[in-house]
Amino acid sequence: MGLSKIWVFGEASDGTVASITLELLAKARELADTVEVVFGGDGDAIAASVGEHGATGVQATGDLAGAMQGVSIANAVAAAVEAGTGPDAILIGTTYDGRDVAGRLSVKLDAPVITNVVDLEVAGDRLVGTEPVFGGVTNVKTGFTGDKVAILLVRPKSFTAEPTGGGAAAVSALAVPDGGAAAAAKVTDRFVEESDGPKLDEAAIVVSGGRGLGESDKFDMVESLAKLLKGAPGASRAIVDAGWVPYSYQVGQTGKVVKPSVYIAAGISGATQHLVGMKGAANIIAINKDPEAPIFGIADLGIVGDVHKVMPKLIEALEARG
Amino acid sequence: MNIVVCVKQIPDPADPGALDPETKTLKRDVKLILDESDSYGVEMALQLAGDEGTVSLVSMAPNSEVGGLRTALAMGAESAVLVSDDALKGSDALTTAKVLAAAIAKSSPDLVIAATESSDGYTGTVPEQIAALMDLPSVTFAKEIALDGGTAKVKRQTESGYDSVECPLPCLVSVTAGVVEPRYPSFKGIMAAKAKPVEEVTVADLGLDAGSVGWAGAGQEIVSIEDAPAREAGEVIEDEGDAHERIVAFLDELKVL
Repeated sequence: MGLSKIWVFGEASDGTVASITLELLAKARELADTVEVVFGGDGDAIAASVGEHGATGVQATGDLAGAMQGVSIANAVAAAVEAGTGPDAILIGTTYDGRDVAGRLSVKLDAPVITNVVDLEVAGDRLVGTEPVFGGVTNVKTGFTGDKVAILLVRPKSFTAEPTGGGAAAVSALAVPDGGAAAAAKVTDRFVEESDGPKLDEAAIVVSGGRGLGESDKFDMVESLAKLLKGAPGASRAIVDAGWVPYSYQVGQTGKVVKPSVYIAAGISGATQHLVGMKGAANIIAINKDPEAPIFGIADLGIVGDVHKVMPKLIEALEARG
Repeated sequence: MNIVVCVKQIPDPADPGALDPETKTLKRDVKLILDESDSYGVEMALQLAGDEGTVSLVSMAPNSEVGGLRTALAMGAESAVLVSDDALKGSDALTTAKVLAAAIAKSSPDLVIAATESSDGYTGTVPEQIAALMDLPSVTFAKEIALDGGTAKVKRQTESGYDSVECPLPCLVSVTAGVVEPRYPSFKGIMAAKAKPVEEVTVADLGLDAGSVGWAGAGQEIVSIEDAPAREAGEVIEDEGDAHERIVAFLDELKVL
Protein backbone atom coordinates (compact mmCIF):
# COMPACT_ATOMS: atom_id res chain seq x y z
CA MET A 1 0.00 0.00 0.00
CA GLY A 2 1.41 3.33 -0.99
CA LEU A 3 0.83 6.13 1.45
CA SER A 4 0.69 9.43 -0.36
CA LYS A 5 -2.65 10.82 0.78
CA ILE A 6 -4.13 10.76 4.28
CA TRP A 7 -7.50 12.14 5.29
CA VAL A 8 -8.21 13.14 8.86
CA PHE A 9 -11.82 13.13 10.09
CA GLY A 10 -12.32 16.71 11.28
CA GLU A 11 -14.39 17.57 14.33
CA ALA A 12 -15.34 21.01 15.54
CA SER A 13 -17.91 22.74 17.67
CA ASP A 14 -19.00 26.31 17.01
CA GLY A 15 -16.14 26.76 14.55
CA THR A 16 -13.47 25.69 17.04
CA VAL A 17 -11.56 22.68 15.76
CA ALA A 18 -11.30 19.85 18.30
CA SER A 19 -7.83 19.15 19.66
CA ILE A 20 -8.06 15.52 18.52
CA THR A 21 -8.25 16.74 14.90
CA LEU A 22 -5.14 18.89 15.32
CA GLU A 23 -3.31 16.00 17.03
CA LEU A 24 -4.11 13.71 14.10
CA LEU A 25 -2.95 16.33 11.61
CA ALA A 26 0.43 16.55 13.38
CA LYS A 27 0.98 12.80 12.98
CA ALA A 28 -0.48 12.60 9.47
CA ARG A 29 2.05 15.20 8.27
CA GLU A 30 4.89 12.88 9.30
CA LEU A 31 3.41 9.98 7.37
CA ALA A 32 2.23 11.39 4.04
CA ASP A 33 2.81 14.27 1.66
CA THR A 34 -0.82 15.17 1.16
CA VAL A 35 -2.91 15.65 4.27
CA GLU A 36 -6.52 16.77 4.03
CA VAL A 37 -9.42 17.05 6.44
CA VAL A 38 -12.79 15.48 5.70
CA PHE A 39 -15.46 17.51 7.43
CA GLY A 40 -19.20 17.17 7.91
CA GLY A 41 -20.02 20.86 7.93
CA ASP A 42 -18.99 24.26 6.56
CA GLY A 43 -15.38 23.88 5.42
CA ASP A 44 -14.71 27.63 5.42
CA ALA A 45 -15.24 27.70 9.17
CA ILE A 46 -12.23 25.47 9.85
CA ALA A 47 -9.98 26.06 6.80
CA ALA A 48 -7.68 28.55 8.54
CA SER A 49 -7.27 26.52 11.69
CA VAL A 50 -6.56 23.16 10.05
CA GLY A 51 -4.35 24.87 7.45
CA GLU A 52 -2.24 26.29 10.25
CA HIS A 53 -1.79 22.69 11.43
CA GLY A 54 -0.63 21.36 8.10
CA ALA A 55 -3.76 20.39 6.18
CA THR A 56 -3.62 21.53 2.56
CA GLY A 57 -7.25 20.77 1.83
CA VAL A 58 -10.66 20.44 3.43
CA GLN A 59 -13.15 18.06 1.84
CA ALA A 60 -16.36 19.50 3.23
CA THR A 61 -19.92 18.24 2.90
CA GLY A 62 -21.56 21.51 3.94
CA ASP A 63 -24.31 21.60 6.56
CA LEU A 64 -25.63 18.10 7.19
CA ALA A 65 -29.05 19.44 8.25
CA GLY A 66 -29.26 17.14 11.27
CA ALA A 67 -28.08 13.98 9.54
CA MET A 68 -25.67 11.86 11.58
CA GLN A 69 -21.93 12.39 11.01
CA GLY A 70 -21.23 8.65 10.90
CA VAL A 71 -23.40 7.55 8.02
CA SER A 72 -22.96 10.83 6.08
CA ILE A 73 -19.17 10.96 6.21
CA ALA A 74 -18.81 7.23 5.58
CA ASN A 75 -21.02 7.41 2.48
CA ALA A 76 -19.18 10.47 1.21
CA VAL A 77 -15.71 8.98 1.74
CA ALA A 78 -16.76 5.64 0.21
CA ALA A 79 -18.05 7.46 -2.88
CA ALA A 80 -14.74 9.34 -3.19
CA VAL A 81 -12.81 6.07 -2.89
CA GLU A 82 -15.04 4.54 -5.54
CA ALA A 83 -14.36 7.51 -7.82
CA GLY A 84 -10.60 7.17 -7.29
CA THR A 85 -10.30 10.49 -5.44
CA GLY A 86 -10.19 9.05 -1.92
CA PRO A 87 -7.27 8.70 0.48
CA ASP A 88 -4.88 5.80 1.11
CA ALA A 89 -5.60 6.04 4.83
CA ILE A 90 -8.07 7.81 7.07
CA LEU A 91 -7.28 8.76 10.66
CA ILE A 92 -10.28 9.10 12.94
CA GLY A 93 -10.34 10.07 16.61
CA THR A 94 -11.86 7.67 19.14
CA THR A 95 -14.80 9.98 19.80
CA TYR A 96 -18.57 9.55 19.70
CA ASP A 97 -18.86 10.59 16.05
CA GLY A 98 -15.47 9.15 15.12
CA ARG A 99 -16.45 5.63 16.02
CA ASP A 100 -19.65 5.93 14.00
CA VAL A 101 -17.67 7.07 10.96
CA ALA A 102 -15.15 4.24 11.31
CA GLY A 103 -17.81 1.54 11.76
CA ARG A 104 -19.95 2.67 8.82
CA LEU A 105 -16.96 3.23 6.53
CA SER A 106 -15.51 -0.16 7.38
CA VAL A 107 -18.68 -1.84 6.07
CA LYS A 108 -18.91 0.42 3.03
CA LEU A 109 -15.34 -0.44 2.01
CA ASP A 110 -15.40 -3.97 3.47
CA ALA A 111 -12.16 -3.00 5.19
CA PRO A 112 -11.07 -3.57 8.81
CA VAL A 113 -10.49 -0.86 11.39
CA ILE A 114 -7.44 -0.84 13.62
CA THR A 115 -8.78 0.57 16.89
CA ASN A 116 -7.50 2.16 20.11
CA VAL A 117 -4.34 3.29 18.36
CA VAL A 118 -1.89 5.30 20.49
CA ASP A 119 1.02 5.32 18.03
CA LEU A 120 1.45 4.96 14.29
CA GLU A 121 4.34 4.09 12.04
CA VAL A 122 5.00 3.03 8.50
CA ALA A 123 6.69 -0.37 8.49
CA GLY A 124 7.70 -1.62 5.07
CA ASP A 125 4.93 -0.23 2.91
CA ARG A 126 2.08 -0.46 5.37
CA LEU A 127 0.69 1.43 8.35
CA VAL A 128 1.11 -0.22 11.72
CA GLY A 129 -0.87 0.92 14.74
CA THR A 130 0.09 0.39 18.38
CA GLU A 131 -2.68 -0.53 20.81
CA PRO A 132 -2.17 -0.82 24.57
CA VAL A 133 -3.81 -3.84 26.23
CA PHE A 134 -4.10 -5.04 29.84
CA GLY A 135 -4.15 -1.50 31.18
CA GLY A 136 -1.17 -0.42 29.13
CA VAL A 137 1.38 -2.97 30.36
CA THR A 138 1.52 -4.58 26.92
CA ASN A 139 1.60 -2.95 23.50
CA VAL A 140 0.19 -4.81 20.51
CA LYS A 141 1.20 -3.65 17.03
CA THR A 142 -1.25 -4.40 14.25
CA GLY A 143 -0.86 -3.97 10.50
CA PHE A 144 -3.27 -4.24 7.58
CA THR A 145 -2.94 -7.27 5.33
CA GLY A 146 -4.96 -6.10 2.34
CA ASP A 147 -4.63 -3.17 -0.04
CA LYS A 148 -7.82 -1.40 1.00
CA VAL A 149 -8.04 2.07 2.48
CA ALA A 150 -6.48 1.92 5.95
CA ILE A 151 -9.00 2.98 8.61
CA LEU A 152 -7.56 3.79 12.02
CA LEU A 153 -9.29 4.90 15.21
CA VAL A 154 -6.78 6.86 17.25
CA ARG A 155 -7.17 7.64 20.95
CA PRO A 156 -7.12 11.31 21.90
CA LYS A 157 -3.88 12.63 23.44
CA SER A 158 -1.76 10.14 21.53
CA PHE A 159 0.02 12.90 19.59
CA THR A 160 0.80 16.54 20.27
CA ALA A 161 -0.87 19.18 18.14
CA GLU A 162 1.71 21.45 16.52
CA PRO A 163 1.06 24.42 14.21
CA THR A 164 3.15 24.63 11.04
CA GLY A 165 2.18 28.18 10.25
CA GLY A 166 0.58 27.05 6.98
CA GLY A 167 -2.04 29.14 5.20
CA ALA A 168 -5.72 28.35 5.03
CA ALA A 169 -6.51 24.95 3.54
CA ALA A 170 -8.29 24.89 0.17
CA VAL A 171 -11.93 23.94 0.61
CA SER A 172 -13.50 21.48 -1.84
CA ALA A 173 -17.09 20.27 -1.87
CA LEU A 174 -17.51 16.60 -0.97
CA ALA A 175 -20.78 15.10 -2.15
CA VAL A 176 -22.85 13.04 0.29
CA PRO A 177 -24.74 10.34 -1.63
CA ASP A 178 -28.33 9.60 -0.60
CA GLY A 179 -28.05 7.20 2.32
CA GLY A 180 -31.61 5.84 2.07
CA ALA A 181 -33.16 4.22 5.14
CA ALA A 182 -29.82 3.89 6.90
CA ALA A 183 -29.49 7.68 7.02
CA ALA A 184 -32.92 8.30 8.54
CA ALA A 185 -31.79 9.31 12.05
CA LYS A 186 -31.88 13.08 12.58
CA VAL A 187 -30.60 15.35 15.30
CA THR A 188 -33.53 17.54 16.31
CA ASP A 189 -31.88 19.52 19.09
CA ARG A 190 -28.48 19.97 20.73
CA PHE A 191 -27.94 20.57 24.42
CA VAL A 192 -24.75 21.91 25.92
CA GLU A 193 -24.40 20.97 29.56
CA GLU A 194 -23.14 24.01 31.40
CA SER A 195 -19.98 23.40 33.34
CA ASP A 196 -18.12 26.17 35.10
CA GLY A 197 -14.78 24.34 35.07
CA PRO A 198 -12.47 23.03 32.34
CA LYS A 199 -13.42 19.96 30.29
CA LEU A 200 -12.30 16.60 31.64
CA ASP A 201 -9.97 15.80 28.77
CA GLU A 202 -8.47 19.29 28.62
CA ALA A 203 -8.06 20.09 32.34
CA ALA A 204 -4.56 20.58 33.77
CA ILE A 205 -5.74 18.95 36.98
CA VAL A 206 -8.16 16.04 37.25
CA VAL A 207 -9.63 14.74 40.50
CA SER A 208 -11.32 11.35 40.12
CA GLY A 209 -13.38 9.33 42.56
CA GLY A 210 -14.02 5.60 42.78
CA ARG A 211 -15.82 2.97 44.74
CA GLY A 212 -13.75 3.76 47.83
CA LEU A 213 -15.89 6.87 48.31
CA GLY A 214 -18.50 4.48 49.66
CA GLU A 215 -21.66 6.24 48.58
CA SER A 216 -22.76 8.51 45.77
CA ASP A 217 -23.15 11.74 47.73
CA LYS A 218 -19.48 11.53 48.77
CA PHE A 219 -18.66 12.41 45.16
CA ASP A 220 -19.29 15.99 46.32
CA MET A 221 -15.81 15.89 47.86
CA VAL A 222 -14.31 15.09 44.45
CA GLU A 223 -16.20 17.97 42.86
CA SER A 224 -15.21 20.40 45.61
CA LEU A 225 -11.55 19.50 45.36
CA ALA A 226 -11.62 19.72 41.56
CA LYS A 227 -13.21 23.14 41.77
CA LEU A 228 -10.65 24.41 44.31
CA LEU A 229 -7.83 23.27 42.02
CA LYS A 230 -9.56 24.71 38.93
CA GLY A 231 -9.60 21.19 37.57
CA ALA A 232 -12.23 18.75 36.33
CA PRO A 233 -13.90 15.89 38.21
CA GLY A 234 -13.65 12.37 36.80
CA ALA A 235 -14.69 8.89 37.83
CA SER A 236 -13.78 5.23 37.68
CA ARG A 237 -15.96 2.86 35.72
CA ALA A 238 -17.28 1.25 38.92
CA ILE A 239 -19.16 4.35 40.02
CA VAL A 240 -20.38 5.18 36.52
CA ASP A 241 -21.79 1.66 36.25
CA ALA A 242 -23.37 2.16 39.68
CA GLY A 243 -25.12 5.26 38.34
CA TRP A 244 -23.45 7.76 40.72
CA VAL A 245 -22.21 9.96 37.87
CA PRO A 246 -22.84 10.04 34.09
CA TYR A 247 -20.77 8.14 31.53
CA SER A 248 -19.19 11.43 30.42
CA TYR A 249 -17.19 11.45 33.69
CA GLN A 250 -15.55 8.11 33.05
CA VAL A 251 -11.77 7.93 32.79
CA GLY A 252 -10.35 4.71 31.40
CA GLN A 253 -10.17 2.24 28.59
CA THR A 254 -13.88 2.73 28.08
CA GLY A 255 -14.30 6.45 28.63
CA LYS A 256 -11.93 9.40 28.39
CA VAL A 257 -8.18 9.41 28.13
CA VAL A 258 -6.69 12.21 30.22
CA LYS A 259 -3.13 13.51 30.42
CA PRO A 260 -3.27 16.30 32.98
CA SER A 261 -0.23 17.64 34.80
CA VAL A 262 -1.75 16.37 38.06
CA TYR A 263 -4.16 13.45 38.50
CA ILE A 264 -5.63 12.80 41.93
CA ALA A 265 -7.26 9.38 42.38
CA ALA A 266 -9.52 9.25 45.45
CA GLY A 267 -10.77 5.84 46.49
CA ILE A 268 -9.74 4.25 43.18
CA SER A 269 -7.96 0.91 43.41
CA GLY A 270 -6.50 1.16 39.92
CA ALA A 271 -8.07 -1.59 37.81
CA THR A 272 -6.31 -1.98 34.46
CA GLN A 273 -9.45 -0.55 32.87
CA HIS A 274 -8.83 2.73 34.71
CA LEU A 275 -5.04 2.91 34.45
CA VAL A 276 -5.00 2.94 30.66
CA GLY A 277 -6.97 6.19 30.71
CA MET A 278 -4.78 8.14 33.14
CA LYS A 279 -1.28 6.71 33.35
CA GLY A 280 -0.09 9.38 30.94
CA ALA A 281 -0.61 12.05 33.61
CA ALA A 282 2.60 13.91 34.46
CA ASN A 283 2.04 13.49 38.22
CA ILE A 284 -0.27 11.07 40.00
CA ILE A 285 -1.48 11.34 43.58
CA ALA A 286 -3.48 8.43 44.99
CA ILE A 287 -5.47 8.11 48.19
CA ASN A 288 -6.66 4.61 49.04
CA LYS A 289 -7.01 2.64 52.24
CA ASP A 290 -5.69 -0.59 50.73
CA PRO A 291 -1.87 -0.53 50.70
CA GLU A 292 -1.94 -3.29 48.06
CA ALA A 293 -4.05 -1.25 45.61
CA PRO A 294 -2.47 -1.31 42.12
CA ILE A 295 -2.83 2.48 41.86
CA PHE A 296 0.14 2.82 44.24
CA GLY A 297 2.31 1.04 41.68
CA ILE A 298 2.14 4.08 39.39
CA ALA A 299 1.52 6.94 41.83
CA ASP A 300 4.18 9.58 42.43
CA LEU A 301 2.65 10.26 45.82
CA GLY A 302 0.57 7.54 47.44
CA ILE A 303 -1.42 8.07 50.62
CA VAL A 304 -2.52 4.91 52.39
CA GLY A 305 -5.49 6.25 54.27
CA ASP A 306 -9.21 6.82 54.44
CA VAL A 307 -10.49 9.21 51.74
CA HIS A 308 -13.21 10.32 54.15
CA LYS A 309 -10.55 11.66 56.50
CA VAL A 310 -7.87 12.86 54.06
CA MET A 311 -10.13 14.60 51.51
CA PRO A 312 -12.03 16.90 53.93
CA LYS A 313 -8.77 18.01 55.52
CA LEU A 314 -7.20 18.59 52.13
CA ILE A 315 -10.21 20.63 51.00
CA GLU A 316 -10.12 22.63 54.22
CA ALA A 317 -6.37 23.30 53.88
CA LEU A 318 -6.76 24.51 50.30
CA GLU A 319 -9.77 26.68 51.20
CA ALA A 320 -7.71 28.26 53.99
CA ARG A 321 -5.06 29.27 51.46
CA GLY A 322 -7.76 31.00 49.42
CA MET B 1 -42.23 -4.75 19.69
CA ASN B 2 -39.54 -7.28 18.85
CA ILE B 3 -36.19 -6.35 20.37
CA VAL B 4 -32.88 -8.14 19.86
CA VAL B 5 -30.02 -7.44 22.26
CA CYS B 6 -26.44 -8.23 21.30
CA VAL B 7 -24.62 -9.68 24.28
CA LYS B 8 -21.01 -10.69 24.67
CA GLN B 9 -19.79 -13.41 26.96
CA ILE B 10 -16.35 -12.52 28.24
CA PRO B 11 -13.74 -13.83 30.69
CA ASP B 12 -14.31 -12.40 34.17
CA PRO B 13 -12.72 -8.90 34.09
CA ALA B 14 -11.51 -9.48 37.66
CA ASP B 15 -9.23 -12.09 36.08
CA PRO B 16 -8.32 -10.44 32.78
CA GLY B 17 -6.24 -13.32 31.47
CA ALA B 18 -3.46 -13.04 28.95
CA LEU B 19 -2.63 -13.19 25.27
CA ASP B 20 -1.89 -16.62 23.88
CA PRO B 21 1.64 -16.23 22.46
CA GLU B 22 0.84 -18.78 19.74
CA THR B 23 -2.34 -17.28 18.33
CA LYS B 24 -1.88 -13.71 19.62
CA THR B 25 -5.51 -13.59 20.71
CA LEU B 26 -7.03 -13.42 24.18
CA LYS B 27 -6.96 -16.75 25.93
CA ARG B 28 -10.58 -17.81 26.21
CA ASP B 29 -10.26 -21.20 27.80
CA VAL B 30 -11.87 -19.85 30.96
CA LYS B 31 -15.50 -19.74 32.02
CA LEU B 32 -17.30 -16.86 30.36
CA ILE B 33 -19.74 -14.45 32.01
CA LEU B 34 -22.14 -11.80 30.74
CA ASP B 35 -20.25 -8.59 29.94
CA GLU B 36 -21.53 -6.11 32.52
CA SER B 37 -21.76 -3.50 29.73
CA ASP B 38 -24.48 -5.63 28.15
CA SER B 39 -26.62 -5.84 31.29
CA TYR B 40 -27.73 -2.24 30.59
CA GLY B 41 -28.89 -3.14 27.09
CA VAL B 42 -30.80 -6.17 28.36
CA GLU B 43 -32.49 -4.09 31.05
CA MET B 44 -33.31 -1.29 28.60
CA ALA B 45 -34.83 -3.81 26.19
CA LEU B 46 -36.95 -5.40 28.92
CA GLN B 47 -38.29 -1.99 29.94
CA LEU B 48 -39.01 -0.89 26.36
CA ALA B 49 -40.65 -4.18 25.38
CA GLY B 50 -43.07 -4.10 28.29
CA ASP B 51 -45.65 -6.88 28.52
CA GLU B 52 -46.50 -6.90 24.83
CA GLY B 53 -43.05 -7.16 23.29
CA THR B 54 -40.39 -9.83 23.13
CA VAL B 55 -36.71 -9.59 23.98
CA SER B 56 -34.30 -12.08 22.48
CA LEU B 57 -30.52 -12.31 22.56
CA VAL B 58 -27.78 -12.84 20.02
CA SER B 59 -24.25 -13.82 20.97
CA MET B 60 -21.11 -15.21 19.38
CA ALA B 61 -18.83 -17.28 21.56
CA PRO B 62 -16.47 -20.25 21.31
CA ASN B 63 -17.12 -23.72 22.73
CA SER B 64 -20.93 -23.42 22.87
CA GLU B 65 -20.59 -21.11 25.88
CA VAL B 66 -23.95 -20.13 27.36
CA GLY B 67 -23.03 -18.99 30.89
CA GLY B 68 -23.48 -15.29 30.10
CA LEU B 69 -26.60 -15.91 28.03
CA ARG B 70 -28.25 -17.72 30.95
CA THR B 71 -27.68 -14.62 33.11
CA ALA B 72 -29.44 -12.42 30.54
CA LEU B 73 -32.24 -14.99 30.15
CA ALA B 74 -32.61 -15.02 33.93
CA MET B 75 -33.07 -11.24 33.82
CA GLY B 76 -36.09 -11.84 31.59
CA ALA B 77 -35.09 -12.26 27.94
CA GLU B 78 -37.15 -14.98 26.23
CA SER B 79 -34.72 -16.79 23.97
CA ALA B 80 -31.24 -16.64 22.51
CA VAL B 81 -29.32 -17.43 19.36
CA LEU B 82 -25.71 -18.46 19.94
CA VAL B 83 -23.27 -18.53 17.05
CA SER B 84 -20.48 -20.92 17.96
CA ASP B 85 -18.11 -22.29 15.37
CA ASP B 86 -14.39 -23.13 15.39
CA ALA B 87 -14.12 -21.33 12.06
CA LEU B 88 -14.74 -18.04 13.90
CA LYS B 89 -11.49 -18.17 15.87
CA GLY B 90 -9.41 -15.07 15.13
CA SER B 91 -12.35 -13.06 13.77
CA ASP B 92 -11.90 -9.30 13.81
CA ALA B 93 -14.61 -6.75 14.66
CA LEU B 94 -15.93 -6.50 11.09
CA THR B 95 -16.32 -10.26 10.78
CA THR B 96 -17.96 -10.39 14.21
CA ALA B 97 -20.43 -7.76 13.01
CA LYS B 98 -21.16 -9.77 9.85
CA VAL B 99 -21.90 -12.86 11.90
CA LEU B 100 -24.08 -11.03 14.42
CA ALA B 101 -25.93 -9.13 11.69
CA ALA B 102 -26.76 -12.40 9.92
CA ALA B 103 -28.01 -13.92 13.19
CA ILE B 104 -30.07 -10.83 14.07
CA ALA B 105 -31.64 -10.62 10.59
CA LYS B 106 -33.28 -14.03 11.13
CA SER B 107 -35.79 -12.45 13.52
CA SER B 108 -36.44 -9.13 11.67
CA PRO B 109 -36.47 -7.04 14.89
CA ASP B 110 -37.98 -3.59 15.31
CA LEU B 111 -35.09 -2.56 17.49
CA VAL B 112 -31.53 -3.84 17.95
CA ILE B 113 -29.74 -2.84 21.16
CA ALA B 114 -26.03 -3.20 21.88
CA ALA B 115 -23.54 -1.83 24.39
CA THR B 116 -21.25 0.93 23.11
CA GLU B 117 -18.27 -1.41 23.44
CA SER B 118 -17.30 -4.65 25.10
CA SER B 119 -15.24 -4.70 28.28
CA ASP B 120 -12.60 -7.06 26.94
CA GLY B 121 -12.04 -6.12 23.30
CA TYR B 122 -13.43 -2.55 23.38
CA THR B 123 -13.03 -1.80 19.69
CA GLY B 124 -16.36 0.04 19.92
CA THR B 125 -17.11 -0.38 16.22
CA VAL B 126 -19.32 -3.48 16.15
CA PRO B 127 -22.74 -1.83 16.81
CA GLU B 128 -22.33 0.68 13.98
CA GLN B 129 -20.95 -2.03 11.69
CA ILE B 130 -24.02 -4.19 12.40
CA ALA B 131 -26.31 -1.25 11.56
CA ALA B 132 -24.44 -0.61 8.31
CA LEU B 133 -24.55 -4.29 7.32
CA MET B 134 -28.30 -4.46 8.00
CA ASP B 135 -28.84 -1.09 6.26
CA LEU B 136 -30.46 0.26 9.42
CA PRO B 137 -30.31 3.78 10.82
CA SER B 138 -28.60 3.98 14.19
CA VAL B 139 -28.10 6.12 17.23
CA THR B 140 -25.01 5.34 19.30
CA PHE B 141 -24.07 6.32 22.87
CA ALA B 142 -27.67 6.60 24.04
CA LYS B 143 -28.14 7.86 27.58
CA GLU B 144 -31.94 7.74 27.33
CA ILE B 145 -34.36 5.99 24.92
CA ALA B 146 -38.11 6.45 24.54
CA LEU B 147 -40.33 4.82 21.94
CA ASP B 148 -43.05 6.96 20.37
CA GLY B 149 -45.05 4.93 17.85
CA GLY B 150 -42.64 3.95 15.12
CA THR B 151 -39.92 6.34 16.25
CA ALA B 152 -37.09 5.99 18.76
CA LYS B 153 -36.35 9.24 20.58
CA VAL B 154 -32.84 9.12 21.94
CA LYS B 155 -30.62 11.39 23.98
CA ARG B 156 -27.19 10.80 22.53
CA GLN B 157 -24.06 11.59 24.52
CA THR B 158 -21.83 14.27 22.92
CA GLU B 159 -18.54 15.89 23.91
CA SER B 160 -20.33 18.91 25.33
CA GLY B 161 -23.71 17.54 26.44
CA TYR B 162 -26.23 15.58 24.46
CA ASP B 163 -28.16 15.62 21.17
CA SER B 164 -31.85 14.78 20.88
CA VAL B 165 -32.09 12.34 17.98
CA GLU B 166 -35.19 10.92 16.30
CA CYS B 167 -34.87 7.69 14.43
CA PRO B 168 -37.56 5.65 12.68
CA LEU B 169 -37.83 1.93 13.50
CA PRO B 170 -36.41 -0.50 12.68
CA CYS B 171 -33.09 0.79 13.96
CA LEU B 172 -30.08 0.04 16.14
CA VAL B 173 -29.29 1.88 19.36
CA SER B 174 -26.12 1.46 21.43
CA VAL B 175 -26.41 2.29 25.12
CA THR B 176 -23.86 3.66 27.57
CA ALA B 177 -23.22 2.10 30.97
CA GLY B 178 -25.42 3.40 33.75
CA VAL B 179 -28.28 4.26 31.37
CA VAL B 180 -30.68 2.16 33.46
CA GLU B 181 -30.25 0.09 36.59
CA PRO B 182 -29.98 -3.58 35.56
CA ARG B 183 -32.17 -5.87 37.65
CA TYR B 184 -30.63 -8.76 39.53
CA PRO B 185 -31.95 -12.09 38.29
CA SER B 186 -34.43 -13.50 40.79
CA PHE B 187 -34.26 -17.11 41.92
CA LYS B 188 -37.39 -17.76 39.88
CA GLY B 189 -35.77 -16.10 36.89
CA ILE B 190 -32.63 -18.21 37.24
CA MET B 191 -34.68 -21.40 37.39
CA ALA B 192 -36.83 -20.35 34.43
CA ALA B 193 -33.74 -19.45 32.36
CA LYS B 194 -32.59 -23.05 32.40
CA ALA B 195 -35.59 -24.05 30.29
CA LYS B 196 -35.50 -21.12 27.87
CA PRO B 197 -34.53 -21.91 24.28
CA VAL B 198 -30.96 -21.27 23.14
CA GLU B 199 -30.57 -22.03 19.46
CA GLU B 200 -26.99 -22.80 18.51
CA VAL B 201 -26.03 -22.08 14.92
CA THR B 202 -22.88 -22.36 12.82
CA VAL B 203 -21.39 -20.04 10.22
CA ALA B 204 -22.86 -22.24 7.48
CA ASP B 205 -26.33 -22.05 9.08
CA LEU B 206 -26.13 -18.26 8.66
CA GLY B 207 -25.27 -18.59 5.00
CA LEU B 208 -21.75 -17.26 5.49
CA ASP B 209 -18.65 -18.77 3.92
CA ALA B 210 -16.33 -20.31 6.52
CA GLY B 211 -13.38 -19.17 4.42
CA SER B 212 -14.38 -15.51 4.83
CA VAL B 213 -14.45 -15.48 8.64
CA GLY B 214 -11.94 -16.15 11.42
CA TRP B 215 -8.24 -15.73 10.67
CA ALA B 216 -8.86 -15.93 6.94
CA GLY B 217 -11.37 -13.06 6.99
CA ALA B 218 -9.41 -10.66 9.18
CA GLY B 219 -7.86 -7.93 7.06
CA GLN B 220 -5.33 -7.19 9.77
CA GLU B 221 -2.65 -9.09 11.59
CA ILE B 222 -0.73 -8.65 14.80
CA VAL B 223 2.86 -7.77 14.00
CA SER B 224 4.32 -7.79 17.49
CA ILE B 225 3.53 -7.84 21.20
CA GLU B 226 5.84 -5.88 23.49
CA ASP B 227 5.96 -4.82 27.11
CA ALA B 228 5.12 -1.14 27.44
CA PRO B 229 7.57 1.08 29.33
CA ALA B 230 6.61 0.79 33.01
CA ARG B 231 5.83 3.77 35.17
CA GLU B 232 7.81 3.83 38.43
CA ALA B 233 6.07 3.96 41.77
CA GLY B 234 6.95 6.97 43.88
CA GLU B 235 6.65 7.75 47.56
CA VAL B 236 3.93 5.93 49.52
CA ILE B 237 3.10 7.13 53.04
CA GLU B 238 0.60 6.05 55.64
CA ASP B 239 -1.89 8.69 56.75
CA GLU B 240 -1.42 9.58 60.38
CA GLY B 241 -3.77 12.52 60.30
CA ASP B 242 -1.48 14.87 58.40
CA ALA B 243 -1.22 13.30 54.94
CA HIS B 244 -3.18 16.20 53.47
CA GLU B 245 -0.22 18.46 54.32
CA ARG B 246 2.08 16.25 52.26
CA ILE B 247 -0.35 16.53 49.33
CA VAL B 248 -0.44 20.33 49.64
CA ALA B 249 3.36 20.42 49.75
CA PHE B 250 3.54 18.17 46.67
CA LEU B 251 1.10 20.43 44.79
CA ASP B 252 3.22 23.42 45.88
CA GLU B 253 6.36 21.79 44.49
CA LEU B 254 4.53 21.33 41.19
CA LYS B 255 3.51 25.01 41.31
CA VAL B 256 -0.11 24.25 40.53
CA LEU B 257 -1.61 26.09 43.51
